[in-house]
Amino acid sequence: MKINLGILASRIRLEEKLLIKEARKRSNIDLRVVDPRKITWEESNLQELDVLLDREISQSRAYHVMELMSRTGVKLVNDFETVQLCGDKAFTSVKLKKHEIPTPDFRVAFDSESALKAVEDIGYPAVLKPVDGSWGRMVAKVGNRESAEATIEHKANLDSHYHSIFYVQEFVETGNKDIRAFVLGDEVVGAAYRESDHWITNAARGGESSPYPLTDELRDIVGATSRVFGGGALAVDLLESDRGLLINEINCSMEFKESMKAIDEDIPARLLDYTIGQAEASEEVAHNKCLV
Amino acid sequence: MVNCPECDTEIDLPEDTIQNEILDCPTCGLELEVVSLDPAEVDLAPEEEEDWGE
Repeated sequence: MKINLGILASRIRLEEKLLIKEARKRSNIDLRVVDPRKITWEESNLQELDVLLDREISQSRAYHVMELMSRTGVKLVNDFETVQLCGDKAFTSVKLKKHEIPTPDFRVAFDSESALKAVEDIGYPAVLKPVDGSWGRMVAKVGNRESAEATIEHKANLDSHYHSIFYVQEFVETGNKDIRAFVLGDEVVGAAYRESDHWITNAARGGESSPYPLTDELRDIVGATSRVFGGGALAVDLLESDRGLLINEINCSMEFKESMKAIDEDIPARLLDYTIGQAEASEEVAHNKCLV
Repeated sequence: MVNCPECDTEIDLPEDTIQNEILDCPTCGLELEVVSLDPAEVDLAPEEEEDWGE
């Protein structure tokens, strides 16, 4: 049986190119690359796909396409609920805390005055992040009350309404490195350190990768996180602390260009295997329902 | 063969180039987007926006 695979992507970076080349090599895949800039809903016939893999760089576009697609019955990687949870740091942290998965302490505040109180509650240094940001953009470490007041005032005056939601996180000293682990369903397929000269270690900001072993602790915490977030294909960012590993952030449209240099797995091929497996499982469920 | 819209450098697109692929101009370093394969055509790539990421 051929699987109609859609890859949602407007910007073809190395990750998307590797996925597309891999998909084109496989005889069981009919590939359609869906550029969300070029489609209109509902004239795009996306409901004819068996599965849609979200690789869209614009989180707003991805969010809306995945929300609309969640009503069609097409299998999505990832499910819209997972996209929603991972797309907002406040939702992510609340979910982790509810399920007692170790994560840095955090507060969410909704105006400047309560944001300052939240920072003081957390203690200095504290980290202020946009709830929906990525790549370390607009993330600030504040070391004292004066810098907290200035940062909060600047954020409150920015145009985007998202900056008036204040996400405050405990700063965890890690020696300018964190860990990125890749999980596909219930399998942790690889992990790598990301290290930088700066406390912000995102690959988009120059963080470089080196191998990190798949320890029992890593498998346990990442596996538990994946279950709580509905499974899927996730890049989980972790911090090493004196309390053990902490889940920092979860990314549902995983970037792996830098990490794959340090991981002995073909991540695009594994991601494609997982996506096709999800479509086949979904078809099987539908088929079995018809037989009942 | 395409020309960089900024510095006019001639760029050979590799055979496995994909529609919408991002490449860097080897001369001026600007990010370019392959907007068409047949005929081959590039344009300046969109600049990073606030909602970009993973």
